[in-house]
Amino acid sequence: MVLATTIIVGSLVMILWTITVRGIRSLNWDMVSKVPEGGFYIGKGGGLLNAIIGSVYITMGATLLGLLISIPVVLYINIYARKDSWLATVARFTFDVSFGIPSIVYGAFGFTIMVYFGLRASLLAGIITVTLVIIPILARAMDEVIRRTPGELSDATYSLGATRWETSKVFLRQSLPGIMTAILLSSGRAIGDAASVLFTAGYTDSIPASLGQPAATLPLAIFFQLSSPIQEVQDRAYAAALILTVIVLIISLGSKYFSKKLSKNKI
Amino acid sequence: MTFESPHIRVKDLNVHIGDHHILKNICLDIPDKKITSFIGPSGCGKTTLLKTFNRLLDRDKEVRVSGEVLLDGEDIYGRQVEVTSMRRKMGLLSQRPFPLPMSIYDNIAYGPRIHGTRKKKELNQSVEYHLRATGLWEEVKDRLNSPATSLSIGQQQRLCLARGLAVEPEIILGDEPTSALDPLSTQRIEELFLQLKDKYTIVLVTHILRQARRVSDYIVFIYMGEIVEFGPTEELLLNPKEKLTREYVKGYIS
Ligand SMILES: Nc1ncnc2c1ncn2[C@@H]1O[C@H](COP(=O)(O)OP(=O)(O)O)[C@@H](O)[C@H]1O
Ligand SMILES: [Mg+2]
Repeated sequence: MVLATTIIVGSLVMILWTITVRGIRSLNWDMVSKVPEGGFYIGKGGGLLNAIIGSVYITMGATLLGLLISIPVVLYINIYARKDSWLATVARFTFDVSFGIPSIVYGAFGFTIMVYFGLRASLLAGIITVTLVIIPILARAMDEVIRRTPGELSDATYSLGATRWETSKVFLRQSLPGIMTAILLSSGRAIGDAASVLFTAGYTDSIPASLGQPAATLPLAIFFQLSSPIQEVQDRAYAAALILTVIVLIISLGSKYFSKKLSKNKI
Repeated sequence: MTFESPHIRVKDLNVHIGDHHILKNICLDIPDKKITSFIGPSGCGKTTLLKTFNRLLDRDKEVRVSGEVLLDGEDIYGRQVEVTSMRRKMGLLSQRPFPLPMSIYDNIAYGPRIHGTRKKKELNQSVEYHLRATGLWEEVKDRLNSPATSLSIGQQQRLCLARGLAVEPEIILGDEPTSALDPLSTQRIEELFLQLKDKYTIVLVTHILRQARRVSDYIVFIYMGEIVEFGPTEELLLNPKEKLTREYVKGYIS
């Protein structure tokens, strides 16, 4: 057990160490504040702002869209449908299966749909594909919290004459810390996933101005630059990795802080 | 035992959960503005019976309820009954107090709000009135905006009572409402029930015979899903007609 723990902690430290040491070399203000300039990919000026913004857009868009879809589903199977109805069973089974599907499959699926409709790679297509990837994560985590809420809560609201919709709102409030955790889990996945955005969001050197334009993302920035033979460009991949890690860290600390605050107040 | 015009009349009630026959041919009259206690060993069906009164039970797929529960003569399982407005007529106190995830104030104001009261002044009045009615006002008036979970368990149970009273019910259903409470808080709840029975019909599930004796006017003894005996408190406890009742009462009191 000690060995296993050491291996886990050790590899985390080594990962952080490697990306920090190699990334810090090329990490400067330009890297986070500028889009690539001409010749960026052979080591000349510019930065990764396109990929940072693209990743943030896709993550926020997918998280919002994912919540918009999974909250009603979770409320439906927990509060509207009768306990152990076949629909709830089917929905939970679907979450479990789609949770296990690798994101490259979602990417391929998104790509097929795009081709069918004659669309090109775009921010919107990326958001939709990533949404599909994170819905099972969001829905499973929220289902878990809401299902664990004691029956006394619904007994209380129903006996006050509340409707199911009013009861749902109380359940959401009660589950807020758990929902925050679900958002954290899914946005971590959304921002770091390369396979789902590869064909669907595309890649570009500019910041997308509309949903119809392609968008760069940090994981792909890492991927493309790491495959460059030029040492300096490779280092930039590590800088991108460092930026990605810092963003994930901020998200996770931020949501820890919020859920602690929320559960302390128990609102 | 039957009454002229009972507040609740139960006729031939049967409840099945899955393959289990939980309540068997229940016929029962709950008198108006009295305290009626359900006693009986754990698992005999007291909670189930209580929950059939405000239809908290038929949300499960597995549960089948047949028979009638008449509230002032009207069957609450009837087709045209609006479940939410029927439920409002009964306040429920559960075994463990369960405050809503909001402030003390909002807990009390929740009921009036969902039933359409918007005016701040009316809400304030209602909150103060019902907190006073449950003896909480002096204890919490300076921290109405604190989360309800910051109260002690005993205070939380009185808050839940106040929350239920704020929708102006006619009946209070209590499912072993003092089982999680300390003796002092238990005493306060019992005193409240005795005060409230002037205005409300109270049905109290309890596993404490002493409590049944202290507060109730009538006692219903339930055993394995059937009503064994129903009678005035002293009569049932001191002079039971049925052998089963006698054994149960003896086993607990002495
Ligand atoms: N949801 C349920 N599913 C299956 N059996 C249940 C359920 N709820 C209650 N029961 C059964 O119904 C019987 C009566 O339970 P209950 O009314 O809670 O008893 P009491 O409140 O008197 O302790 C018990 O045997 C219990 O196991
Ligand atoms: Mg019980």
